[in-house]
Amino acid sequence: METKNIIIVGVGGQGSLLASKILGHLLLNEGFDVKVSEVHGMSQRGGSVITYVRFGDKVYSPVVDKGQADFIVSFEILETARWLSYLKADGQIVTNTQQIDPMPVITGAATYPENLVEKIRAQGIKIDAMDCLTLARQAGSQKAVNIVLLGRLSHYFDISETAWQNSLRANVPPKFLDINQRAFELGKKFV
Amino acid sequence: MKELMLGNKALARGLWEAGVAFVSSYPGTPSTEITEEAVKFNEIYCEWAPNEKVAMESAFGASLAGKRAFCGQKHVGLNVAADPLFTLSYTGINAGLVIVVADDAGMHSSQNEQDSRHYAIAAKVPMLEPADSAEALNFAKLAYEISEQFDTPVIIKMCTRVAHSQSVVETSERVEHSKTYEKNIAKYVMMPGNAKKRHPIVEERTKKLIEYAETTPINRVEFLTDELGIITSSTSYQYVKEVFGEGASVLKLGMINPLPVELIKNFASRVKKLVVVEELDPIIENHVKSLGLAVEGSELLPRIDEFSQNLVAERLGVRGQGSGVSLEDAIPPRPPVMCAGCPHRGLFYSLKKRKCTVLGDIGCYTLGAVPPLSTIELTLCMGASIGATHGFNKMLGKDSESKTVAVIGDSTFMHSGMTGLANVAYNQSNSTVIILDNSITGMTGHQQNPSTGLNIKGDPAGKIDLEALCRAMGIKRVRVVDPYNLKECDVAIKEELAAQEPSVIISRRPCALLKTVKHKPPLYVDKNKCIGCKSCMKIGCPAISMKDGKAVVDQTQCVGCEVCSQLCPKKAFAREA
Ligand SMILES: Cc1ncc(C[n+]2csc(CCOP(=O)(O)OP(=O)(O)O)c2C)c(N)n1
Repeated sequence: METKNIIIVGVGGQGSLLASKILGHLLLNEGFDVKVSEVHGMSQRGGSVITYVRFGDKVYSPVVDKGQADFIVSFEILETARWLSYLKADGQIVTNTQQIDPMPVITGAATYPENLVEKIRAQGIKIDAMDCLTLARQAGSQKAVNIVLLGRLSHYFDISETAWQNSLRANVPPKFLDINQRAFELGKKFV
Repeated sequence: MKELMLGNKALARGLWEAGVAFVSSYPGTPSTEITEEAVKFNEIYCEWAPNEKVAMESAFGASLAGKRAFCGQKHVGLNVAADPLFTLSYTGINAGLVIVVADDAGMHSSQNEQDSRHYAIAAKVPMLEPADSAEALNFAKLAYEISEQFDTPVIIKMCTRVAHSQSVVETSERVEHSKTYEKNIAKYVMMPGNAKKRHPIVEERTKKLIEYAETTPINRVEFLTDELGIITSSTSYQYVKEVFGEGASVLKLGMINPLPVELIKNFASRVKKLVVVEELDPIIENHVKSLGLAVEGSELLPRIDEFSQNLVAERLGVRGQGSGVSLEDAIPPRPPVMCAGCPHRGLFYSLKKRKCTVLGDIGCYTLGAVPPLSTIELTLCMGASIGATHGFNKMLGKDSESKTVAVIGDSTFMHSGMTGLANVAYNQSNSTVIILDNSITGMTGHQQNPSTGLNIKGDPAGKIDLEALCRAMGIKRVRVVDPYNLKECDVAIKEELAAQEPSVIISRRPCALLKTVKHKPPLYVDKNKCIGCKSCMKIGCPAISMKDGKAVVDQTQCVGCEVCSQLCPKKAFAREA
């Protein structure tokens, strides 16, 4: 199988590390070679962050480059726009519609672009845009945004429900499993 | 068992399997997780040292005692530890001693982009360079064998993409190793007479290591075609394989100091065209050239920043890579910022208000240099704030003394600020030093340090009393302020800058992200009171923004520190009753 590429983007501190951990666990169990690359340190402090997940028969590079991502999974809509050039021509976006103002917007040095989802869609790009924060709260915790996103992503994978559930169970603390399972369902069912 | 593992964690696993008994490190991205993972093994004694030099010396002491030992640091950390390193090359070791240096090509989290391979060459010690997690684990074990076989410290060079990528590893069990200490003055006391006898041993050792490099399986040829041969190592190897697949022959070097000679000549003779793909400096390339071989490298590839598969493909003329789509809108950058409730913020606001010249240091507080605070005017290396302020004040005198301050974090002060303060006290510059004591090493992800009173496991440990320490050095004016209290900060800064002698202000409040810190409930803005004057926007808090001409507080981010409310002329910030 040709290597598949996912990038997970968001704002430092939003919980992308757990999402990549669950994905990595899942894909390894499915028998793929997997590489996951993350950034620690300075940019974690509220900066723009990107995690790369790659899987296939044999994966070499740990990073995904421009024009190579089969999927962009995004925690924040400005970040979706920022990393758009990483998407393949026929790639799929799964994004949260939440807006978090970066400092240049807060200080008035820049403006937050409007109607990003529509503009992306107008380019003929496949994009699932969801208010994950509301769905996560519905599931029981606003921290479950990452699992809502994974639920939606699962829709595009030929991997059994049981396998996804196993990876959830292996990577989230037992007392939050319920909430996360509900979040996963809500994401998966989103239309 | 097969597992997906972070490069740094795999390296720690390798340490454990190799029977390592002692780890002493100072944190630094991207090396920190090695020590944080090693501490999870009961068989390994682990500690955070005050700085890299002390860590390396301590690890050597453990090796001398007969136990396999380790220290890890980021690239610039090796600058600090360079002094022991260069002479450890002469003394050699007792039990195996392995040193990790983690480079940061691309400067994801660093102040420079140095290529630490130069250290291995200059200090004449072997250096291994893994390309993924499996190699990180296996090279760690191999490094101890080389260390003991050749009586030398061994450096393993990591880089961000190997340290912070997860890939598949296979683990095995731990094997214990132990030696006894024997007194050996000729080997371990490096005074000139003895050192003179050790230097030829070092040169002989290098010759033997070159022979080793010719045949070690970690320098391997993947011969696939005679059209193109690529010599590469580390993460560059991954990009080369990604781009060329079966389309190029590869000499993959796992040992990058010393470099083999015959192996390279032989590989070169089998291919029509030879290229070296390596990040940063042309070290392999220059070696190949020194052998009189025709090779390309620097003509094709940049000597700055990290590589990627697209870059390697493009520069080696393989295929045009798609660059994807983008929107017409300008996408505002999202630089890192001080967190909501960060105790550094209040202090920097006070310094800005007083129009101080702030010579800074390295840590979360370096973010005091970005808008809207834009207050820090210097960041060089850990500890430099105090030395620089001293020299600056000595030359500019009164004008500067009345408005210049050094700012330095607690961990950085312990690391290398103390000696700077000793100079201020000794050579009497009328300098003001502010220690930003957030009771943790924040920037690198919350490590304890000698001033926090806890050890690497979070258990009670020795605690250095900063006030007493400064006084003991001869600084008479030492005072403590709460950075959440703007008035108090302002008065302290004003008075200490006016004083005609050196002074230290300790700005003390624990990092807002520490789990032990209890926060007050978030604030909100009373819309009827807010006049939209933006006074509260001057502190650059990510939880405050303007909407329809009024300030609003993001309830999910606000930790109720009340620094903003002290700036509001209309008392518009309030808390739900
Ligand atoms: C020689 C060296 N070692 C390590 C680092 C990595 N590093 C950057 S800042 C820092 C310490 C920050 O802690 P502190 O001074 O307490 O400030 P805080 O981040 O908590 O505000 C470290 C370890 C470095 N830049 N240079």
